[in-house]
Amino acid sequence: MMKVFGVFARAGAPKMPYWAQVTVIPLLNIFVALALAGCVVLLLGENPFKAMAVMLQGAFVYPGGLGFTLYYTTNLIFTGLCVAMAFHAMQFNIGGEGQAIIGGLGVALFLLFVGDSLPLIICLPLAVLAAAAAGGAWAFIPGYLYAKRGSHIVITTIMFNFIAAAVLQYLLVNVLIAPGQMSPQSVKFAERTHLPQIHELLALVGIETESTPLNISLFLALAAAVGFWFLIWRTSWGYALRTVGQSERAAVYAGIDPARMTVQAMAISGALAGMVGVNALMGDAHRILLGFATGYGFAGIGVALMGRNHPLGIVLAAALFGILTQGGSELNFEFRNITRDLVIVIQGLIILMVGALSLMLDPPVARLIALVSRRKEET
Amino acid sequence: MSAAEFWLLFVLLLDATLRVSTPLMLAAMAGLFSERSGVVDISLEGKMLGAAFAAGATAYATGSPWLGLAVAIAVSCFMGGLHAFATVTHRGDQMISGLAANMLAAGLTVTLGIAWFQQGGDTPPLPAEARFSPLNFPELAFLADIPLLGPYLAPVYTELLSGHNLLVYVALAAVPLTAWVLMRTRFGMRLRAVGEAPSAADTAGISVAAMRYQAQLIAGLLCGVAGCYLAIAHSANFVPHMTAGKGFIALAAMIFGKWRPKQAMYACLLFGFFEALAARLQGVEIAYIGQLPSNLITALPYILTVILLAGFIGKATAPAAIGTPYVKGR
Repeated sequence: MMKVFGVFARAGAPKMPYWAQVTVIPLLNIFVALALAGCVVLLLGENPFKAMAVMLQGAFVYPGGLGFTLYYTTNLIFTGLCVAMAFHAMQFNIGGEGQAIIGGLGVALFLLFVGDSLPLIICLPLAVLAAAAAGGAWAFIPGYLYAKRGSHIVITTIMFNFIAAAVLQYLLVNVLIAPGQMSPQSVKFAERTHLPQIHELLALVGIETESTPLNISLFLALAAAVGFWFLIWRTSWGYALRTVGQSERAAVYAGIDPARMTVQAMAISGALAGMVGVNALMGDAHRILLGFATGYGFAGIGVALMGRNHPLGIVLAAALFGILTQGGSELNFEFRNITRDLVIVIQGLIILMVGALSLMLDPPVARLIALVSRRKEET
Repeated sequence: MSAAEFWLLFVLLLDATLRVSTPLMLAAMAGLFSERSGVVDISLEGKMLGAAFAAGATAYATGSPWLGLAVAIAVSCFMGGLHAFATVTHRGDQMISGLAANMLAAGLTVTLGIAWFQQGGDTPPLPAEARFSPLNFPELAFLADIPLLGPYLAPVYTELLSGHNLLVYVALAAVPLTAWVLMRTRFGMRLRAVGEAPSAADTAGISVAAMRYQAQLIAGLLCGVAGCYLAIAHSANFVPHMTAGKGFIALAAMIFGKWRPKQAMYACLLFGFFEALAARLQGVEIAYIGQLPSNLITALPYILTVILLAGFIGKATAPAAIGTPYVKGR
């Protein structure tokens, strides 16, 4: 079984206190990742601090910046929760992108072919359900194949990412493309099914803001995070899932069917990723098009790792990644040599530090903390 | 259409298959070394991408394809070393390390490419002498003169066997070489032992860490050649994201070949054939069927691998210790 959480106790090193695990270590990892990214910026002949300032301005200060930041954050909360849900079952769902694509297809097909004939009060929840069901089904299959046929979930979900991309491309190019349209995108969803965007709502109460894609899906994402917390830590289902994640043998002994739990967790995981379709299509693009989910599945892995699989941590980490994404798009305008691709580098570095090299910084930090706290006791 | 013409079309399709299968075979062999030593390698894609950029940039700067190849291998080996550092030395998660490597390669190649060459991430097109150009075998005119078989044999020789660049033949040689090293040498036996039963290998005095590091470096070498092929042999420059999932197709082919060199090569050729066929059939109307959806044909390798992994086409068993860091003294 994979040790996705990392094992913190290495022989000889003192145990890391919990408060340090959730504060010092993530901050230290971000610092190292940003410092390495700063070296890349230096290599390109630009000033890293200026780049950082531009990114922060882009994410918060520039007109509409904050709206875009929160829009990206919404997508990242969904995929972060998706990855974390699978992590709690000790599974690695690398297929968030594929599940988001299929979730988007679910909501788009529903709105294009069924939704228009239904009253709005039924149509909107059903559209959200369609996204969740489609995304969930796309993760259910790898979960089922793992439980019943022993297929490795990581490999299957990677393959499913590519299959989903091919299916989307095929449907858009051959079936859903709007008549007379050159680029592969569908016709617009009916106006009344568009999710209200925040700037529209603010305009209703007389506050004029820049038009941004931020829409009420953000509240859906926050609600999903609360629901995630409740499900994992306050229900018997969550207890059973965490038992499976900790020890399959203990779970079996307690009468829990690990295969069943894994399949269910994967389906919920995929449903969460599918919600990207709601935010990106129902809330912003108002049609289905290529590339609406690109990168969110992988970034979600970084978000879940950074957030230590806890909803609160995930929301914060998603905000950080959202700031990076929006701030990064400002780099194109301010620098000749730096583009938003730098954000992929930073995300990769964060994932490397927090995920793959998580054990590198832990022992020295734990030793340092133990040393400091012992000093305090002595004095 | 005469039989000979149809045969020529078929041979040309096989020729295209060989060209697209070359990086797949190299990367699949790289994956074999890594995974047989017990380290999952989803970063074949990133290694190839990094190598492709290194090759394109170096060959442009120096005008030498050989220096391009050398730097490509160095970059790819560095990435393999990083993967080993994270997963062997620090026992990090192998999937996450591989994922990080892929993201770093995807981001860095474009970032550096734009900054250095100002062409939207492309490296500038190379003149012929800075690339690996086709090697043409001596002409065998008598082949075409053989009665009956002549028109069939000649295209096989001129189109399929001759006229590829050196790296295609390197890829073809890499397969038996990999099979020999893995299955017939002491080094290969030790490498497999480390992937199947690391504690037993450790007891026998074999350093698990050293074997896994070496496996990563060999994987780096092979991915370096594959990336170099993409940028300066198959094409005339590096283009952002030019691997386009080839690393994952190679990974799929390796699994489809049940972690065995020869079978993995067949899987690469099969998947390459799909790709060549999809390219060939793009927009072509076929009687009674209409247009075949080329998007779906390109997804066939992934679909087949899922079906295989689910145990519907024989059983694919991964090396026993794969994915788990080795902890001495347990």
